[in-house]
Amino acid sequence: MSQVPLTHILFVSTALFFIGMYGLFTRRNMITMLMSVELILNSVNINFVAFNKYLYPGALEGLFFTLFIIAIAAAEAAVAIAIIINLYRNFRSIDVEDADELKF
Amino acid sequence: MPNAAYIVLIPLLPLVGFVLLGLFGKKFFRKSSGIIGTGLVLVSAALAIWVAYGYFFEWGTDGASLKVLDMRWLAFSGGLSIDMNIVLQPLPVIMIVVVSFISLMVHLFSLGYMKGEPRFATYYAYLGLFTFSMLGLVLAGNLFEIYIFWELVGCSSYLLIGFYYDRPTAVAAAKKAFIVTRFADLGFLVGILILSFQGRTLDMDNLLQTLFSPAFQASGVSFLGMSVVAWGATLVFIGGAGKSALFPLHIWLPDAMEGPTPVSALIHAATMVVAGVYLVARLYLLYALNGVVPQILLYTGAFSALLAAIIACTQTDIKRVLAYSTMSQIGYMMFALGTFRPAGTDFLGYTASIFHLFTHAFFKALLFLCAGVIIHRVHSNEMKDMGGLRKAMPLTHICFLVACLAISGIPPFSGFFSKEEILLAAWRANKFVYAMGLFTSGLTAFYMFRLYFAVFWHRPVTDGHRHPMPLFESIPLVILALGAAFAGFIPFSRFILPGAPERAGGGIGVFSIAPVGIALVGIGIAAWLYRKESDRPQRVATSMRGLYTFAYHKFYIDEVYLFVTKKIIFNLVGRPAAWIDRNIVDGLMNGMAATTARISAGIKGVQSGKVQDYTWFFFIGIAGLAVIFIYIYT
Repeated sequence: MSQVPLTHILFVSTALFFIGMYGLFTRRNMITMLMSVELILNSVNINFVAFNKYLYPGALEGLFFTLFIIAIAAAEAAVAIAIIINLYRNFRSIDVEDADELKF
Repeated sequence: MPNAAYIVLIPLLPLVGFVLLGLFGKKFFRKSSGIIGTGLVLVSAALAIWVAYGYFFEWGTDGASLKVLDMRWLAFSGGLSIDMNIVLQPLPVIMIVVVSFISLMVHLFSLGYMKGEPRFATYYAYLGLFTFSMLGLVLAGNLFEIYIFWELVGCSSYLLIGFYYDRPTAVAAAKKAFIVTRFADLGFLVGILILSFQGRTLDMDNLLQTLFSPAFQASGVSFLGMSVVAWGATLVFIGGAGKSALFPLHIWLPDAMEGPTPVSALIHAATMVVAGVYLVARLYLLYALNGVVPQILLYTGAFSALLAAIIACTQTDIKRVLAYSTMSQIGYMMFALGTFRPAGTDFLGYTASIFHLFTHAFFKALLFLCAGVIIHRVHSNEMKDMGGLRKAMPLTHICFLVACLAISGIPPFSGFFSKEEILLAAWRANKFVYAMGLFTSGLTAFYMFRLYFAVFWHRPVTDGHRHPMPLFESIPLVILALGAAFAGFIPFSRFILPGAPERAGGGIGVFSIAPVGIALVGIGIAAWLYRKESDRPQRVATSMRGLYTFAYHKFYIDEVYLFVTKKIIFNLVGRPAAWIDRNIVDGLMNGMAATTARISAGIKGVQSGKVQDYTWFFFIGIAGLAVIFIYIYT
């Protein structure tokens, strides 16, 4: 059985990364932006796993990195949601355009 | 040996008065501040007289220099240090007696004279500060210490001239006095630096010894034809000339009469203005070193004396006449100091100068205090508002007459003895200066008796009703009048220089005929012109119209100063400097600020507060870094 080439997987992860990037730039809703950040993180995870499998089949560092990133992403989501709640309390909205007071 | 603790108290007690009255006078001592100030000065004066007695008869009969206090204050190098010293020598000891005694008289007089003044406590505080500084000045043994007290004296003089600070003229006069003397003090400071650099010490006795030593004389460094030490001495003399109101730095003294009259008596007649004479006398060996410097003293002094006497003949403000008379008498003292021989063998000029300083303090303080009484009586400074007062104020009349006779040099009053010694010294040194001094002496008699007749005669006797004179005012007048009458009998030169002949002039002798004669002529002319009201003064004035107007306007010296400062210095130096300051210095700063502001206005839009803009910057930054690391640092 022939293996899926590495480039295919990298295409998927790159696509995922830029979809996330696009969402981060275009969405004004804070929660959607958080989801976009998660997409970016996951694209990185895919890269780690793929490189680990294809380049260093005997090693485990890539997998461990992935696990750490998943854990940190969970923590980050908790912090982000707390921020969003505070944002909502202050501005009655979670639109980032409304929260632009920290400027010149 | 004297106990240093008592001697330190002499200057410190008035300082205590200043601090106490200055800080708490208005709150706690509103009524009693005068008594407190006077009491402290009384103790100080008693101590001074005790010290003088002890010095002249027990500890220092040979004129020794006793260093009773030696505190190192600021050391620059091994030899060069600013010390807080107290040195007893004949001259300082005489000066502390004069200063504390006249100060005591003025304190007493002010108790009556300044009564009811809202800032009574402040007035006494300032008087205390002045007395402290002046006593410190005369006791100092270190050249820089003298300079410190010198400036303190100038500062208290400024405060007292501007005491009535609600009068614009008083404020202007205070400023003028301060600026003119400060300008002269610059010369003093540079002189100190030169002398201490040459002598490697600031201690006056050591300095004089070093500079006088043959080894130093041989090393003669010179600049523009005069030795450096002579330059230093001349610069120090400029400082002294500023304080002592000698031509051409005298312009502040007549204006200083804006201060309260007792202040004029204390500061601008008897004590502070003779500080310059004191300074030159204290360093007299330095001045005797070089042939040129005594000539400067001689001619500056004689010219000031003559000029001031001529101006005094035309002034109509009683205090201004006295101010010019002060300037003239200080001119006498200064040219007496200038009659030194370089060899340092003939000290008659030196002793005569100090003697005149001593007697002048009495009769000039007396004149000013009398003038204060008269001004209070007629509520005017102008001579034309006075006249015929001899019955209304008999005590003042007698005191004023005594003082006038003393200053005119009529025997046996004190001024006769001192002035004759000065003239004798001038006769021996320089006949031309002697002639100037003699003529000035006649003028002195004329303008003093012009004042006397204009105030007390001139008109029919006015109403006889007498103001009762406060005891505090009459006591100082009587004491000073006794001093003015009899101080001349003190064998003075023996105190100043042990071993000097007791009376160089020899009392009434052949030499006295000329000065006394010319003084009597002056008095006669004054009587002829002013004893009765007439048009004679007017006629005489018109017959000498040019000279009279010239003298009346004080020879336009003030105008010359104004011309030089306003027209020349302002336009040629001040305005360009202001232009450079405004346009170049300020412009540089303003330009930098404006550029910064413009740049920040341009880039502040970056701080939009929008999260996604920041994300963009972040992304671009990361992409840039990626490009750098991938393609450039491979």
